[in-house]
Amino acid sequence: MLSGTGLVAGYRKGVAVLDGIDVEVPAGRVTGLAGPSGCGKSTVARVLGLLQRPWEGRVSVDGDVVDGFRHSAPRAQRTAIGMVFQQPRPAVDPRFTLHEVVAEPLRATGRSEPIEALTEQVGLTAELLRRRPHEVSDGQLQRACLGRALALRPRYLICDEMTAMLDASTTAALVRVVDRQVEEHGTGVLAISHDEALLERWAGRVLRI
Amino acid sequence: MRGRATGARVRARLWGSLGTLVLVVLAALIVPPLFGSGSTVHYEAIRLPPGWAHPFGTDSSGRDLFVRSLAGLRISLLVAAISAVVSTVLGSAVGVAAGALGGWSDRLLMRAVDAVNAVPHLLLGIVIVSLYRGSVVAVMLSIALTHWATVARIVRSEVLSLRERPYIDAAISGGASRLRVLYRHFLPAVVPQAALSAVLLIPHAVWHETALSFLGLGLPPHMASIGNILGDGRSAVLLGAWWLILFPSLLLVATTLAVSGIAATWRDRVVPRRRSELSL
Repeated sequence: MLSGTGLVAGYRKGVAVLDGIDVEVPAGRVTGLAGPSGCGKSTVARVLGLLQRPWEGRVSVDGDVVDGFRHSAPRAQRTAIGMVFQQPRPAVDPRFTLHEVVAEPLRATGRSEPIEALTEQVGLTAELLRRRPHEVSDGQLQRACLGRALALRPRYLICDEMTAMLDASTTAALVRVVDRQVEEHGTGVLAISHDEALLERWAGRVLRI
Repeated sequence: MRGRATGARVRARLWGSLGTLVLVVLAALIVPPLFGSGSTVHYEAIRLPPGWAHPFGTDSSGRDLFVRSLAGLRISLLVAAISAVVSTVLGSAVGVAAGALGGWSDRLLMRAVDAVNAVPHLLLGIVIVSLYRGSVVAVMLSIALTHWATVARIVRSEVLSLRERPYIDAAISGGASRLRVLYRHFLPAVVPQAALSAVLLIPHAVWHETALSFLGLGLPPHMASIGNILGDGRSAVLLGAWWLILFPSLLLVATTLAVSGIAATWRDRVVPRRRSELSL
């Protein structure tokens, strides 16, 4: 269980975007998080992804309370949670090839294993892997981002508006990839979207903020 | 966009600069080895005006000024290039460290930058070279140690803007250590800016070295640079030997303008929006 209790967080002093909310992401299923634009869905993602320290409240991963965020979080805790962001383009280093994008988490944690199984899973061809971000579409880039998020086999996966920039068929394909991850590895998924219809179909339970 | 040269003017500047630089550098490389380094003294040919035998004339010791100027330029450019590179590497290291680490290390490093910038560069340079008179390394260090601060500022601001990018979040989430984020994401991103700074620094470093040598604090006499030549020629002007100042100066101006012209074209192409920051 990845959970946040009584989360209060924001960016500017005195302006809290999250006002004491509770979120629970159990393992082995997809939990939806819905809400209008600007309500703090992405902030929930950043806090639960250990990328932003909440002003109040606590985050725990499988029962362990987190006390450091970003680089201060232990690597094992950080890598237990995969992140996919809404916009794929700013989420990848423009100097990397797609191959480097997907392989980077493995290399960063000192592993040299090949990534072919991973890229096949998210539907990237060898030819696409040689290209750089400006040479591929948003959909292809988002596939690479999902591959990167799954590279370390995280126990939890946070998809922050993963499909907002994508067409229907790519959306369906990426949702299938995530679903398979849930079935085969018991991954706990937090699917964030403003598209309630998508969440109704995809998630077993939908939280609203 | 205001004030930026466009189209035909950019091309004219680029080709004019490239042509001048290639010509001057080739001359500086080929001429001195062929005609001796211009250091042979001929007392029978003192202060000859420019002519066929001596295109730039001769100096107060009868040395051919054409050869001597080119040999001097070679030394000036070498010293300047090394100083510029050392200074850029130092500045980039400090800038990346300050930007990436943030917090008190950032504040400490940036106060060091302020301290270096607070003292006039030439004055600080003079202090450094006067501690080690006549040492080439001291001249290079005095230029490098006074000019890294500007590069550090540019690089730091670049890193600060990179730090907020989502791909850095993704890297942290993917288990990357601080050091790995630094060398996988920050360093490659600032290399073009840093390389450009180095080239922009070269003309400036040439002038600094010239100023130090002109004041007699720079290179030792047996490694005469343009600055030494100008310093030696200073008194001879009063005897009517105008060519002793004119030709070496023209050579210096042409070379530095050519390097600046190339760097300016490169800058407009690589980082159009950072025009003002990079005018060193």
